[in-house]
Parts: sequence; C-alpha cells; structure tokens
Amino acid sequence: MSTAIKDTQKIIEEVLDAYPEKAKKDRGKHLAANDPSGNCSTCKVKSNVKSRPGVMTVRGCAYAGAKGVVWGPVKDQITISHGPIGCGQYSWWARRNYYNGQTGIDTFGTMHITTDFQEKDIVYGGDKNLDAALHELHDLFPLAKSFGILSECPVGLIGDDIEAVSKKVEKEFKMPIVPVRCEGFRGVSQSLGHHIANDTIRDYVLGKGKLEKTTPYDVALIGDYNIGGDAWASRKMLEEMGLRVIAQWTGDASVNELGIAHKAKLNLIHCYRSMNYICRHMEEQYGIPWVEFNFFGPTKIYESVRKIASYFDDTIKENAEKMIEKYKPKMNEVIETYRSRLEGKKVMLYVGGLRPRHTIGAYEDLGMEVVAAGYEFGHNDDYNRTYPELKEGAVIMDDATLYELEEFTRMLKPDMVGAGIKEKYSYHKMGVPFRQMHSWDYSGPYHGFDGFPVFARDMDMTVNSPTWKLIRRKR
Amino acid sequence: MKLKIKDHNELFREEEYRKQFEGKKEFEDPYPADKVNEIAEWTKTEEYKELNFKRQNIKINPAKACQPLGAIFCSSGFDGTLPFVQGAQGCVAYFRSHLNRHFKEPVAAVSTSMTEDAAVFGGLNNMLEGIENAYTLYKPKMISVCTTCMAEVMGDDLNAYIRTAREKELIPKDLLVPFANTPSFVGSHITGYDVMMKGILTAITSGKKKEPNGKVNIIMGFDTYTGDYHEIKRLMRTMGVDFTLLSDASASFDSPNTGEYKLYPGGTPLMDAADSINATATVALQKYSTLKTMDYIQKEWRQQVSMMPMIGVKNTDRFFEELSKITGKPVPQEIDDERGRAVDAMIDSHAYVHGKRVALVGDPDQLLGLISFILEMGAMPIHIVCTNGDKKFEEEATALLSESPFGAEGKVHINKDMWHLRSLLFTEPVDFLIGNSYAKFLWRDTGTPLIRIGFPLFDRHQLHRYPIIGYQGVINLVNWVVNTILDEMDRKTIDTTSFDVIR
Repeated sequence: MSTAIKDTQKIIEEVLDAYPEKAKKDRGKHLAANDPSGNCSTCKVKSNVKSRPGVMTVRGCAYAGAKGVVWGPVKDQITISHGPIGCGQYSWWARRNYYNGQTGIDTFGTMHITTDFQEKDIVYGGDKNLDAALHELHDLFPLAKSFGILSECPVGLIGDDIEAVSKKVEKEFKMPIVPVRCEGFRGVSQSLGHHIANDTIRDYVLGKGKLEKTTPYDVALIGDYNIGGDAWASRKMLEEMGLRVIAQWTGDASVNELGIAHKAKLNLIHCYRSMNYICRHMEEQYGIPWVEFNFFGPTKIYESVRKIASYFDDTIKENAEKMIEKYKPKMNEVIETYRSRLEGKKVMLYVGGLRPRHTIGAYEDLGMEVVAAGYEFGHNDDYNRTYPELKEGAVIMDDATLYELEEFTRMLKPDMVGAGIKEKYSYHKMGVPFRQMHSWDYSGPYHGFDGFPVFARDMDMTVNSPTWKLIRRKR
Repeated sequence: MKLKIKDHNELFREEEYRKQFEGKKEFEDPYPADKVNEIAEWTKTEEYKELNFKRQNIKINPAKACQPLGAIFCSSGFDGTLPFVQGAQGCVAYFRSHLNRHFKEPVAAVSTSMTEDAAVFGGLNNMLEGIENAYTLYKPKMISVCTTCMAEVMGDDLNAYIRTAREKELIPKDLLVPFANTPSFVGSHITGYDVMMKGILTAITSGKKKEPNGKVNIIMGFDTYTGDYHEIKRLMRTMGVDFTLLSDASASFDSPNTGEYKLYPGGTPLMDAADSINATATVALQKYSTLKTMDYIQKEWRQQVSMMPMIGVKNTDRFFEELSKITGKPVPQEIDDERGRAVDAMIDSHAYVHGKRVALVGDPDQLLGLISFILEMGAMPIHIVCTNGDKKFEEEATALLSESPFGAEGKVHINKDMWHLRSLLFTEPVDFLIGNSYAKFLWRDTGTPLIRIGFPLFDRHQLHRYPIIGYQGVINLVNWVVNTILDEMDRKTIDTTSFDVIR
C-alpha cells in the first residue's frame, strides 16, 4: 500500500473517531482512500445503502429523484405533487431545467401544482379528489399533453390506488396519465426515484410518440436536464457533427420526445446514474446501443466527440474532427486566460449524479486537482467509474455528513469546494471558496464548447474573489 | 480581460440557438402557434377566471409551505439547539435548502431517515439511533423534535420514544428534548412555528415558575426578516425594557463571517427561555403564527398576553402604547423622532402612491400589517390572496379594510393561490403587486410591477436584512414601494418627455 493511501486512511480514521460505535463502523465503509489501480481491496466504498439516522445526511428522497430530476423537466406534462403541500413547494423550479414554451399555456415547468392533502384526505383517501383534480386541470390547461401523478409519502402509507385513477382518466382524456410511486420513504435516496421514473416512462410513454421519418444519424440525448441550458449547448455540438437529435431527456423535453427515443440509432447518455435504466431497456427491447460521454472541459469533450462519432460513418467522423479543430483555439484561449490563476488549486467535490467524476477533467484542464470526491446517492458502478479518474490517495466519500465534510475540509485544505446549497453557506462561513455544482450557482451552461468558458470563468471568480480576503479570522 | 464570455443570459438569444429551438419543434409535436395564442388570450378572460375560481381539488402556485419548516425555523432561534425531524430524510433536505435559499445562510437539521422498514415497524429504532448519533456528533444543548407526514400518518408516539431514549441512556437524562407534532396535511409553516414554540416553552419552563422577573417576552412569529430581530432588540433597549426574545432567529440566520463555521451561532439563551415563564407579559408581533402558544402562555403561565402586529405607523404606535402600559415606561423622544421621520417619508412620497391599486399575496400576519400600511399611504388594497388564511383571518382582514375609505374595493381570498391571483390581475388589473419571489411569474404574465416582500425571497439578495417592523420598517417599506413605482414610471416614459429627472 502506498504512502498516499496510508496517509489518507489515517485522516479518515481520525474523522470517524467522533462517531458512536455503530455509526462509526457503518460510516467507515463509506469512506476510502482512492486506489486508481483497483488492486487495494479496502479502497472501495460501500454505497446505495440506508443513511444513518441523525447524522445530517445531505441526501433527498425518491420524490426528489422522480419529480425533481426526471419528470419535473418534461415541459408539456402537468406534473402533480400528489400529497401535502411541502414537497412541491420546496422543489418548485429549484433545478433550473430551462425550456422553451409559454408557461401555463402549453408548458408547465415553472409551476407548482399540488393536491394539497388535508387531514380528511389522510382519513378517507385522496383518490376521489385526485380524479376531480385531474378534471379541473384538464379544463384549465387544455394544451397539456400528459399528467404525471408524483406520490408523496402519505399516498403510499394510506393505500391509495392512484393507478386505478390513472387508468380511468387516461380513457377519458386519451393521453398518458402517469402514476409515479415515488413516495419519499421508498429506497435510500433520490436514486430509487430516478429508477421508478424511468420505469414509468417505459410503461406509459415510450413507444407512443410521433416521428414522421428516421435517418441513419438519429440519436437521443439522455440524462441531460438542461440545467442553465446544458442540453442546448450539447445539442448544438451534436447537430454540428451532423447528428439528428430526435429526443432530449428530459431537459426541455416534450412528452412526444419521450415517446420516440426508441427510434434512435444510438442513445447518448450523460447522467448515467439517473437514466441508465431506460438505456438498458431500449437496448434489450429495441436493440439500441448506448454510449456514455462527458461534455465537461475540452479534454473530455474531444474524447467524447470522437467516441460518439466512432458509431457513425466517415462523414460524421470528419465533421467531428472539423468541429474539434474549429473550437480548439477558443478552448485554448480560455485555458490560457484562466489556467495561470487556477494552476495547482485543490478541489473537493461532493455532488450527485455524474458530476463528481465528470467534472474532474474540466478542473484538470484548468490545472486544478480534485483531492476528494463523493456522491450523495451513487452506486458501485458510479464509484468504479470514478476511481480511475482520481489520483492515488484522494478521499472518496459516499453519503457524507455535514460533520465529515467539515472535517475533511479542515484536514485537506482545499482551495475550493463544489457541492450543494445545503453545504454552500457553511463553506462561506468557513471562508472556503465554494461553488454549487448542482445548479451551477444559477450560472451555466457548463456543458460543451459553449459551457466550458462559463465553467472556467465561474471557477476563477470562486477561487479568486477578493471578498475571501476580507474575512478577519480569529488567530 | 479580453475574453468575452457569454453565459445563459446571452447565449440562448443567439441566432444559432434560435434556429436550434425552431428545429427541435419537429420532434415536440407542438400545438400550432395560433392555438397557443388563442388559449393564452382565453386565460385572461372573465370566463377563465370563473372556471379557475370553481376548482376545489387542486392548488396551482400556492403561497404556503408545510408545518415542519416553521418548526425548524422556530427551533433554530434557540441557542445550541439542533432541530431533529422524525420522518423521511428528503423532507429535511428540502427544509434546509428552502431556508438556505432565502437567508443565504447555513441551516442545520437532522432527520431520522425513516424508510420502508420504518413504515412497517414504526419509527422507534430510527428515533433511538438518530438521537444518539445526533447528540454524540453535534453536541446540542437542546434537541428540538418535530415530525414529517410519514411519522404522523403512522402515528409515531414522540413522547414515548423520547422517554425510551432517556431510559436507554442514549442521551443524558436532563437533556432538553421538546417536541411537537407537525403534520404537513394540517395548517401550514406558520402552524408549525406555533406548535414548536409551544412545545419548546412547555418543556423548557417546566418547574421553573419562580418570582416574577419583571421582563417582557417578545415572540416574533414566523418572521423571516433578520433585520426585524435586530430592530426589536434595538427598540427594546431604547425603551429601556428588560426583555427576552423567544426564538432569536437573527443569530442563526444572520451570523457574522469570522472564517469559522459555527453549528450553533447563538440565539435565545436557554436560561432566558426557561425564565420566560416568570415574565410580566408576553407580546407576540404576529397572531396567526402564535395562536396556540399565546393561549398556552395565558392559561398556563397566567401572563398578560398581547398580539400586536408592528408593521405600519398605527400598528407601531399601538405596540409602543402597549409596551408603555405593561412596563410603565414612557416612549422616549428618540423613538418619537423615528416616528416623525417615518411619517415624513410617507408624506414626501405620498403623491406617487396615493390611489394606487394594489394586490397582495402572503402569510396572514404579514398581510394584515401590509394592508394597514398600504391604507395609511392612501393606496388601495384590491386583491388580497392568502393561501394559508382561515375564516378568522378573512374576517379580520375584511374588517381592517372597512375601516378606511381606501379599503372599500378590497377583497380577501383565503385558501386561494397565485393562479387565482393571475386571473384577478387580468380581469381587474392593479398598479403593483406585493409578494414573494414566486410572484415574479405574475409580473411576467401580467406586467404588474412586483415589490418583493414576504417569504421566500430567493431571487433578490439581502432584502431580509432590512426591517419591515417599527418606524424604521415603515421607511424601508416606503422606499421599496415608491421607488418601484418610480422605476416603473421611468420604464414606461423612456421615450416620452415625461422622463423626468426630478420627481
């Protein structure tokens, strides 16, 4: 075992010391020193299991995964938060899944629509009201293409039959009415919500859309939620390569696009965690191959563009090379501008989905080093994809708690931290430069050739803001 | 720096993106543009409004949150207190992020991460392990327990669970662990604030009844303006009144940056909170978010209680009269001077506000204060939408409107939401709108200028640092109102001779 790994293990042990015995034993399995070679048997973390109660996990719930991530961005569906008022309120337009359309008329993405359960609904059940609610919405929003019923905790606990309501109303409205059993107590994190949402796309929408013609260049862009316009920046590149993007899942997605992705020749998946399920399904059911790619930072972009092109003919391959040549000077200029200001800076990442591994290359393009990375709701396959991307001895953390994040920061002294809104302001208080890496801190896009300059600018302003120096620290 | 970088604000206006969006429609199966426009126009009609107001079973853009959010907010204002939520973990992630986004401050709260097995076997084990972990890891002086709807539907017995935790010595025997049941299918965040406050005061004052301490307790209610907390403290000191601020959110939600993150940055000292039972009187600055608490204080503590909104001149006058009566202390000249300045500001700006028609959406107590202020300025509240208002609020607000000729056209809509308000703004337009950040969609759809007052305020920074209570609060309100009107006037007259430089 190398010194780097041993040193990190010592740090981890020190952090774990504060826990009561049971929690210590458990949390120990979720923290590891990275071994890119995969030879060290104790260097793999355990993941996708229950969080310990009371430790202040950062994780959310299945509803957050299903409504907040997968179904919420589908723009011409009315997504109902079915249950009490809170869930829909707190997730209301928080993820910035940009879309085009007239909100409240033909698209509904920035709206918070809920059955607002009252005590009587808990006692007598909410099915009857749900039926009536669907009709009221149908009258008020005649251009909605579908309705999603996203269950909150009580719905599952009181034994409502939302599937029966869906079936009945589907016949009346002649459009998909999608019951999504994403009660927050299901599973251990957002992750099960993604899976449940994928399954409902499969069962209620996939295969039902309209597409007049197909071409050999048809692809679907999967697992891009268009945060700050990410999917648009990616789509621009794919189109420039000569590919025809027939579906965007689910950033700026229409119900029709969810219905036609099975006609693609290749599925391109960005966020593997949240949408690998549906890609596997389309592979099994329709024989559509899928490929993971990474559009963060020029190194990974060039690699991914070539990888995607390799599935197609020479025309596409040539277009890909031409596109790389076209944007390279711009990318080099961005690196030239920012690298000297960011070179050697250490980054700690604690995010979800794909970012803890996908953004590493972009940081490295700017001369920065990721010294710790973790996922809120990753699985083994996410970590297996992450180990090789990080240096030996980097800290890997699964489902980290506020306490652990704070301790690792104290010990590793990163120059910046990328995590979520719940972490952001404790880092501000600590005086550690911080960037929200879920919402891009309301900036973006970060994907693609148009996104990287924004990413570089933002990391520079984070690390090099003069405001950090104004803090009067206690000696 | 030479490099020109375009982010989403500019990028997607560019020609190549516009073309992309146009091209993407091929796969979207959209409705034709004229159909979309036809429906858009229809939503502005009287007919649509009637249909909209008929709905009984669905809320669209409601202005309320759920109980545990208010409970956590209340708990966070006590020193060394860890809000602890029995239930599913996603809820707590949401409560924290919601408060983070408004205050731009860290928010600590833990959950017991209940999952499917807890749904079957009950949440006792989660509570026991959770409370042990939380106590060991975060070393709180008090653990303040509330619930999510999961624990409530299952009927978890908090009292018994906490007793078991003590018996098993997972926490010290004398650790304060107040609790409140906060089902999200009853009331709203203001109810949660109320029951948590009552829970904390009940637990913390138990056995503490002694000689009167001569102090006055102040309860702010669900007030998310940290400036208000600083302001009330300043005013009480100016009055020379010894007081206890029960749940001082300004410590947790407005802590100074010292390069150190403090899990517990301060708040009402627990000793003071325990001694609040011995105060002369308790004054709440909100009514609907403190009903149960004040009832408890009156009945159990046998204290003189008053619920005094402190927004607007007359309300603030009444507050100081009441305080004077309770303490026997006169209102000092300094405060009278502040009053004079506030009134001066209102008089100076009245010409731009007088007769303006106003729509308001928000929490009951804040609305009552704001209606009062609007009437004092000679503007006219027209639509008052209160998603979490009850019949009593409706009566009280209606009575308030009827006290002034400027309130004659005002109508109070309880249990309604911002989609109802959208209809009203089309069928009976107003000059400006007061609401939270989500009201910006109404601004966009109807063109009604928005003045951001309320909760949550996500898309503007620092507003919550300015007090809206007291005479200083009046000056801030006048500032926001008149200058929004003047900004709007400039925008509307930008190509005319009315683009005046002196107003």
